[in-house]
Amino acid sequence: MATSDLTDTALSIKNLTVSYHNQPVLWDIDLDIPAGVMAGIVGPNGAGKSTLIKSLLGLVPSLSGEVMVHGRPYTTQRKRVGYVPQRSSVDWDFPTTALDVVIMGLYGRLGWLKRPGRKERHEAQEALEMVGMSAFAERQISQLSGGQQQRVFLARALVQQADVYFLDEPMAGVDATTERAIIDILRRLRDAGKTLIVVHHDLQTVRTYFDWLLLLNVRVIASGKAEEVFKIDHLRQAYGGQIALLNDNESLMFSASKVK
Amino acid sequence: MVWLELLSDYTFQNVVMGASLLGLISGPLGCFAVLRRQSLLGDAISHAALPGICLSFIITGSRDIGGIIIGSLITGSAAALIMLMLTRLSRLKTDAGLGACLSIFFAVGIVLLTYIQSTNNASQGGLEAFLFGQAAATLRSDLWVMGSITLVTLLLLAVFWKQAKLVTFDAEYARTLGMPITVIEASLTAMVALAVVVGLQMVGVILMAAMIVAPAAAARQWSRHLGGMLTIAAGVGIVSGVSGATISTLSRGLATGPLIVLTATAIVLISLALAPGRGLLWGVIKHYRQKSALKKQQLLYALYKHSADPSCAPSTLGSRRMFNKLKQQGYLTRSPRGATPSDGGWGLTAQGQAEARRVVAAFEELAS
Repeated sequence: MATSDLTDTALSIKNLTVSYHNQPVLWDIDLDIPAGVMAGIVGPNGAGKSTLIKSLLGLVPSLSGEVMVHGRPYTTQRKRVGYVPQRSSVDWDFPTTALDVVIMGLYGRLGWLKRPGRKERHEAQEALEMVGMSAFAERQISQLSGGQQQRVFLARALVQQADVYFLDEPMAGVDATTERAIIDILRRLRDAGKTLIVVHHDLQTVRTYFDWLLLLNVRVIASGKAEEVFKIDHLRQAYGGQIALLNDNESLMFSASKVK
Repeated sequence: MVWLELLSDYTFQNVVMGASLLGLISGPLGCFAVLRRQSLLGDAISHAALPGICLSFIITGSRDIGGIIIGSLITGSAAALIMLMLTRLSRLKTDAGLGACLSIFFAVGIVLLTYIQSTNNASQGGLEAFLFGQAAATLRSDLWVMGSITLVTLLLLAVFWKQAKLVTFDAEYARTLGMPITVIEASLTAMVALAVVVGLQMVGVILMAAMIVAPAAAARQWSRHLGGMLTIAAGVGIVSGVSGATISTLSRGLATGPLIVLTATAIVLISLALAPGRGLLWGVIKHYRQKSALKKQQLLYALYKHSADPSCAPSTLGSRRMFNKLKQQGYLTRSPRGATPSDGGWGLTAQGQAEARRVVAAFEELAS
């Protein structure tokens, strides 16, 4: 299933460099992510995880680099790419309903002038159903809990029917139930052949969630299949020794004091 | 009779129509400005209109509205652009950038104004009226210009509704859908400049920001959808425009612009206090209701858990009131079963027992 066509590359990045106030935030990133995997982007704070996603999507200007989605430049492939931004990136006091936010995911398909109609409402309702939020369709978004807001954002990306999804910390600040629900949805998408690229901050769950990993700290520390990347040497390199893992894997058990 | 006379008054008609047009355009555009957290942008643009007005007068030598509109649009937009560039290219934060732009452009405007006054040009009469507006001087021809600007702006909003809405809510996401967000954001800002131009004659450059912010702030309290918010904001704008103009005319001599702004502010205050769901009053009521419910639960809980302890009696005025309230509701009895005087004789009724058990169960479920 996940590894059915590893020859097909969902995302290919060449020589991507991003700087902010003359400080390199991302340096010479080369990366190929195969189609149909659930890929995690992991690294310490300030490693450029969110910046990587944003620069791929053209939200942050890059100094150099080219981004290909399924073999073609990203700008020609927007319809095949879905994006779930960080929940905190918008003002949730905006006067609108959950359903309406999901319908926004269809604005790209509708083009410049066409307005969303019954068909779009129906599709949005289905997407809310998928994330278990259909009962909240007419709820004001300001009255949703953090986890519910995150699910609404996920539903908005789902209606896009994209092939490659970028998710920026979808598990940040949500309760355990929502985290399970989100992971279940993401796995179902992967099993349907979609590619999911997820910025993740919780090292404890990395091995169970992802089958492909990018370990990032300004540069690519390691990338590839999760079991090959999630190794103590790589982690130490990325996190600079400030790391303590509680894992059943013996080789990963060490304390920060032992390293430095 | 007074009203009939008033309605047939040519100046009054002009003022009311002008005020309505101002409300109609500043309300909806103010909504976008407020939701995009750029309320003060309207302030900067309107203050920056002053040098434009003066320059246009210096160049054309007249108070022709066409020239004044073009002049104020140019300097207003320039101020907005410089502000955006400052915040984007330097480390200056938005508020500092806005403040700097606002005061610099306004200072230049005042210098130009005094320069024009010093030249003693006969036709300069009342250029300073644009500071606080001079509604009574509104001409029918001005109304046509204001009306056309309003119409075009609202039509543009209606056509590009989706884009304006998504860019306002989540600009980065809009970009990933392929929307040219820079163009859309710039257009929204330019439209605010247009609203300012419409208001120059009515309320003047200094108070114009209130007409951008106030109707939108009031409307947010009453609305659940962006469309509703825009409609209500337009309504608030029109109502405050018309009532301000009416009060001003009836009172003979009180300035129209400030009265319009004060009316709008009154509506904002009422909305902030009373709007269902979001109003402060409902918040206070809800707070006391919840507090009272919590007290009741806590009391039932205590009586239930410590029913063996005979010392549970109300000691303060507040708790005595609570006891009596619960007695009225049938949860408590005051039976004279207690032999000792320290026992107030308060006990749970059967209904009270059941309610207390429910409270205890709910509490223990929460704790687990």
